[in-house]
Amino acid sequence: MTVLDQVVVPAVSEQPAPSPRGAARRSWAWLGLVPFAAYVLLFLALPTVLAVGSGFVGRGGAFTLDNVAALGDPLVLSTFANSAWVSLVTAVIGSVVGALVCWALLGLAETGAVRTAVDAASGVLAQFGGVMLAFVLIAAIGAQGVVTVMLRQLTGISLYENGVWLYDLPGVVVAYLVFQIPLMVLTFMPALAALKPQWVEAHLTLGGTKGGFCRHVGIPVLAPSFLASLLLLFANAFSSYATAAALASQGSQIVPLQIRTALTSETVLGRENLAGALALGMIVVVAGVMVVYALIQRRAARWQA
Amino acid sequence: MSFPSLSAGRTVAGLALVTAAALTLAGCAGGSADSSADGGVDAKTATSVAAFGTLADLETAAKAEGQLNVIALPRTWANYGEILDLFAQRYPEITINEQSPDVSSAEEIQAATANEGLDTAPDVFDLGLAVALQNTDTFAAYKVQTFDEIPDALKESSGLFVGDYGGYMSIGYDSARFPAPTQLSDLLKPAYKGAVAINGDPTQAGSAFAAVGLATVQNDGTLDDFTPGIEFFGELNKAGNFLKVDPTDATIASGETPVVFDWDYLNAAQASAVPTWKTVVLPGTGYAGYYNQAINKDAPHPAAARLWQEFLYSDEVQNLWLKGGARPARMEAMTSAGTIDKTLAAALPTAPSDTVVPTEAQSTTAGETLGQKWATAVQ
Repeated sequence: MTVLDQVVVPAVSEQPAPSPRGAARRSWAWLGLVPFAAYVLLFLALPTVLAVGSGFVGRGGAFTLDNVAALGDPLVLSTFANSAWVSLVTAVIGSVVGALVCWALLGLAETGAVRTAVDAASGVLAQFGGVMLAFVLIAAIGAQGVVTVMLRQLTGISLYENGVWLYDLPGVVVAYLVFQIPLMVLTFMPALAALKPQWVEAHLTLGGTKGGFCRHVGIPVLAPSFLASLLLLFANAFSSYATAAALASQGSQIVPLQIRTALTSETVLGRENLAGALALGMIVVVAGVMVVYALIQRRAARWQA
Repeated sequence: MSFPSLSAGRTVAGLALVTAAALTLAGCAGGSADSSADGGVDAKTATSVAAFGTLADLETAAKAEGQLNVIALPRTWANYGEILDLFAQRYPEITINEQSPDVSSAEEIQAATANEGLDTAPDVFDLGLAVALQNTDTFAAYKVQTFDEIPDALKESSGLFVGDYGGYMSIGYDSARFPAPTQLSDLLKPAYKGAVAINGDPTQAGSAFAAVGLATVQNDGTLDDFTPGIEFFGELNKAGNFLKVDPTDATIASGETPVVFDWDYLNAAQASAVPTWKTVVLPGTGYAGYYNQAINKDAPHPAAARLWQEFLYSDEVQNLWLKGGARPARMEAMTSAGTIDKTLAAALPTAPSDTVVPTEAQSTTAGETLGQKWATAVQ
C-alpha cells in the first residue's frame, strides 16, 4: 500500500446518495424514520411545548405575560449569567484539555493498553454526572475529604482557607470538568484519528512545512468537529442539574436550580409557571448558540472548499 | 415547660387569621355525590368516625379498600418508619404504598393533582403550614375522635387540616469537635470555620426557612421582616463559616456538615449515627413549626385515609412521634391525662421562654424577601 493511495481519501463526501433500485422503494423509505420521529415528537417536542406553554399561563389558567416578564428580573438575569459563565468555562477548558488528551493519545497504538483504557474510562466518566459525582467529590475533596485531610497533614496546605468553595460555583465548575473532558475525548477522538499521518507526510513531501499543514489542512478539517464538540459541551453543562443540586444547595445560582425552586418550593408558593418561562429562556440561549454555530459552520465550509 | 405554651399573644392572633382564611375556603371542600359506599356509608364525605358507626366499622371499611397511599414520609423522619410498621402490623389486610418519601410539601399537592381520579393518588398528606393553608380546597374535612384534645392553635376548626407533630428550630453539632453554641453569634467565631449548614435552601425548604426565621428573632428582629436573619447568614458566609451543601444523614455521619440548623426532632435522630451529636435549642425566643395532616378530598381509599388519621392521633402513635424527638399535637392533653411517655418527654430539649410561629401573611412576606435577598446574601 503506497502513501498516495491514502492521500485521496475524501474527508467529506458531497456526492448524492446512489439512487435506489426501484421507484417504489423510494416512496416507502420515509417509513423507516417514523419510529424515531414519533419518539422525538412524544418525548422531546411535546414536553417542550407543554413546558414553554405553561410559562404563558397564570395560576388561574388565563393567558399572561407576567412569567415571561419576570425573566427580566435582576436575580433571574444573574442566574442566566452564572449558567452561561459556568457552561462556557467548562466547555472551553473541557474542549481544550480534551483535545490535548486526544492529541497525546494519537501517538499511541490504537489497540494499545493505554489508549483502550483511556477510551473506556472516558466512556464511563462522561456519563458519571449527578448525585454520585457530587458525593465522590465530597468524599475526596470535601472539607473532611480524604484528599483534603491528607494534603493538610502532609503539606500543611488547606484547600479551604477562605471558605468551602466546593459548594459554590467554583465547585460546580470542577465537578462539571470531571465529565466534560472525557466527553470531549469521546466526541473529538474520531475526528482527530481521521487526520492521517500520511497527510502530513504528503504535505512535507510536496515541500510544505508542519506549520503550513496545521494552517491549511489540520485546522480547516478539524474546526467544524472541534466547534461541534464545544457546542455539545456547552449544552451539556447548561442543562446539567443533579450535580449542581447535590453540591451547591444555597441560592439556586444556575437556571436549572431556579426551575426546581419555582416548581417545588414549599416556602414561596404559586410560581410553578415561572418554571416554564425559565425553560423558554434556556431554549432561547441554546438557540442563540446554535445560530452562532451555524454561522461558524458556514465559515468553516469556506475553509474546506 | 411543655411545648403547647403557644398561647403567646401574636401566635394566637396569627392562628385566628389562619383559621378565618381557612374557613372561607371550607365551603369548597364539600363532598361529591360520588359514592364508594361500604354498607351504605359514603366514606368520601365522612367527617368523623360516627359516619361509619364505630371505629370497628371504619376498620372494616378500610380493610375492604385494602390499600393506603401515603406520600412524603421518610422512614427516618420523626420516627415514621416505626409508625408505618405498626400500622402494617395492626392492619395486615391494608397494603401501605409509600410513595416518593423525599418530596416537598408542594410536590405532595402536585402528585394529588397529577394523579387525580387514579388509584395511585395520595390518600393523605403531611404538609408544612404554608402549603396546607394554600390548598384547603383539595382537603376533606375530618375530625378524629381525639380532635378536642388538640390545641385550637394547631388545627383548622372544621378539621380540614390538623397539626400532627412539631418542634423547635435547633442547632445540632458534633460535640467532639465543636464547643456548644450558647447564642447565635457564637457561630460567627473562627472555631466554626466551614462548618455550619442549614437543611435546604430557605426559598424552597420549610426547615431552612425556619432557620432564617430563628436567626431573625434571635437577632432582635421580628417575623414581619426576615432581613436580620438573612443578614446573619450573609455574615456567616463572609466569615467563611457557612457551608452551602445540603446536609443529609450521610454528610452528618461523615463529619462533612458538623453543625446543622434543623428541627430538633431531626437533629436528635442523628445521635444514633453520631454518638457525640448534640442538639441545642437556643434560649430566648424560639421558632416553632408543626406539620399538618390532611386527607385528599379525592382520596382513592377514603376509609383507609380516615383510619390512618384515627391511628395517628391515638395515644400509642402520639408517643411514637415523641420517641422520634417530635412534640405530638396532643402532648398537653396527654400530659394531663398521664398517658404521655414521661421518659421520652423529659428527654426533649428544654423549650425556650418565648415561642413564635409565623402567620400566613408573615410567611408570604418572608418568602418574597428571601426570594429577593437570599441568593445575593450568600454569594
